[in-house]
Amino acid sequence: MSRSLVGQHISAEFNQELADITNRIMLMGGLVEQQVKDALESLHEENRQLAAVVVTTDYKINALEVAIDEECMQIIARRQPAASDLRLVMTVIKVITDLERIGDEAEGIGQVALALAARGDSAQIDLVSMGRHVRQMVRNSLDAFARTDVDLALEVAREEEVVDREYESVVRQLITYMMEDPRTISSTIELMWAARSLERIADHARNIAEYIIFLVKGRDVRHLSLEQMEKAARAVR
Amino acid sequence: MTASLNRRPPELAALVPQSSKRDLNQADICLEVQNLDLYYGDKQALRGVNLRIARHQVTAFIGPSGCGKSTLLRCFNRMNDLVDGVRVDGRILMNGSDINARGVDVAALRRRVGMVFQKPNPLPKSIYENVAYGLRLQGINSRRLLDEVVERSLRGAALWDEVKDRLNDSALGLSGGQQQRLVIARAIAIEPEVLLLDEPASALDPISTLKIEELIYELKGNYTILIVTHNMQQAARVSDYTAFMYLGEMVEYDDTNTLFTNPAKQQTEDYVTGRYG
Repeated sequence: MSRSLVGQHISAEFNQELADITNRIMLMGGLVEQQVKDALESLHEENRQLAAVVVTTDYKINALEVAIDEECMQIIARRQPAASDLRLVMTVIKVITDLERIGDEAEGIGQVALALAARGDSAQIDLVSMGRHVRQMVRNSLDAFARTDVDLALEVAREEEVVDREYESVVRQLITYMMEDPRTISSTIELMWAARSLERIADHARNIAEYIIFLVKGRDVRHLSLEQMEKAARAVR
Repeated sequence: MTASLNRRPPELAALVPQSSKRDLNQADICLEVQNLDLYYGDKQALRGVNLRIARHQVTAFIGPSGCGKSTLLRCFNRMNDLVDGVRVDGRILMNGSDINARGVDVAALRRRVGMVFQKPNPLPKSIYENVAYGLRLQGINSRRLLDEVVERSLRGAALWDEVKDRLNDSALGLSGGQQQRLVIARAIAIEPEVLLLDEPASALDPISTLKIEELIYELKGNYTILIVTHNMQQAARVSDYTAFMYLGEMVEYDDTNTLFTNPAKQQTEDYVTGRYG
C-alpha cells in the first residue's frame, strides 16, 4: 500500500487502523488466491484430499470478511473518514465482499472435484488454460490494490472479456461431449459448474479492479464499457 | 457478461440521477466576490478571492485558524469597516450591486445581512425585548406588530415552545444553546436576506449543536446562509457548498459532496482527511 494512502495523518492511531485493514485485505487476498489454486489443482490432478481441504478452508475467508467489515464500521463511527480515506474504507468494504465470493466459487470447484472423484470420472476437458488466466486476474487485482495501480486494474478489466470468450468456448466443447456421448452428461454438467465458477471469479476480479479505479481516481466506473472505463481512469483529477 | 449492463435503460434515468452534483452555473446567485484583497495594515489577509454564493443555500467556509475565513465573512456586512487600518480591494456584489460603493447605507446593509457570533450575546433584557430590539431601533413600537414578530421569530428559531411561558424573564437565564437560538431569532426578526454565522455552535454541547444545525436546515428555505466552522463534519452535515481557505486564498470551492469525497486539490485532501499540511 502506498504510504500516501494510509500514512501522514496527524493521528498515528488512524494511520495504524487504515494500515491494519489494508494489511488484512492482503492476508484475505492471499488466502483466496491459494484456495483458487488448490481448487484447480484438485480438479486437474483428481486429488480428493486437496479438494476436501479447499472445501473445509473457506470458513477462514468468511471469518476475515466479518472481521474486516467490523473494523471498517468502527473506523466510520470513530473517525468519520473523508476524501481518499473515505474512498479507501468504502473500497475495502466492497473488495472483501468480492473476495469472499471468490472464496465461495473456489469451494464450489472443490465440491466439483469431490463429486467427480466420487463418481470415478476424470475431467475430459481441460480447464487448465482458463484456470491459469483467472488466477492471474485475481493476483493482478490484488497487486493493483496493494500498489494502487490503475493501469494494472485496467488490464484486469480487459482480461475479463478474454475469459468470457474462453468460457463460451469451454461451454461449446462441453455441449459437444454431451451430444456425442450422453453417458458423460452428469460428469460434464459438473465440469460446467466448475467453468461457470471460474467465469464468476473473473467477474469478481474485475469488480475489484473497478473499485481500485474509484479509490484512486474518485470515479465510479461500474457498469461502464471498457472504453468508457479507460477514459475515466485516464482523466486528470 | 457485462455487455448487457453497458446500456442504461432510459426509464432508469428518472429513478437514478446521473449525478447529484450541484452546479453553481445553474444557481441563482445572491452574493458575488470578485478579486477581493484585504489588508490589515501591511498584512494581507485575503488574496484574490473569487466566489459566487447561491441564494437560499448554505455555504460553509473551512480552513485552519488564520486562513481568512472569518475575515471574509465579515466583508459581507462590512464589519471590517470597524477595524482600524483595513483596506479592501476588489468587489462584493449583492444582487448585482457593489456593497462597498460610495453612498451605500451600512446600517441598511447590516439589516439585510444579519450576523451571529460564536459566543451567544443576548442583551441583558427580557427574552421578548431581545427579539423586539431590532424593530424598536427602527422605531416600531406597535405592541400587536411586535408580538407577532417576536412569536414568528422565536418559532423560526425553534425556541418558541421552550420560552413562550416566560417571555418576560431575563434572556441571561437561558442555556447556551437557547441563547444562541435567541440570537438567531433576533437576527431573523428584522427579516434579513443573508445570515452570516461565525462558529455558531462551537461553544455549545452536542445536542444544542444538532438543534442549531437543524435550524440552519429549516432557515435556508428563506435565507442565504454563510457559515464559518472549525468543525469539518459540521460543514459536511449542514452545507450545500463548501469553500476551503488557506493563508488567505480560496484553495477550493465546490459542492459539499464533491469536496468531502473527491476534492481536486491536494491541500484540500490533506485538510479534510486530517493530514499534515
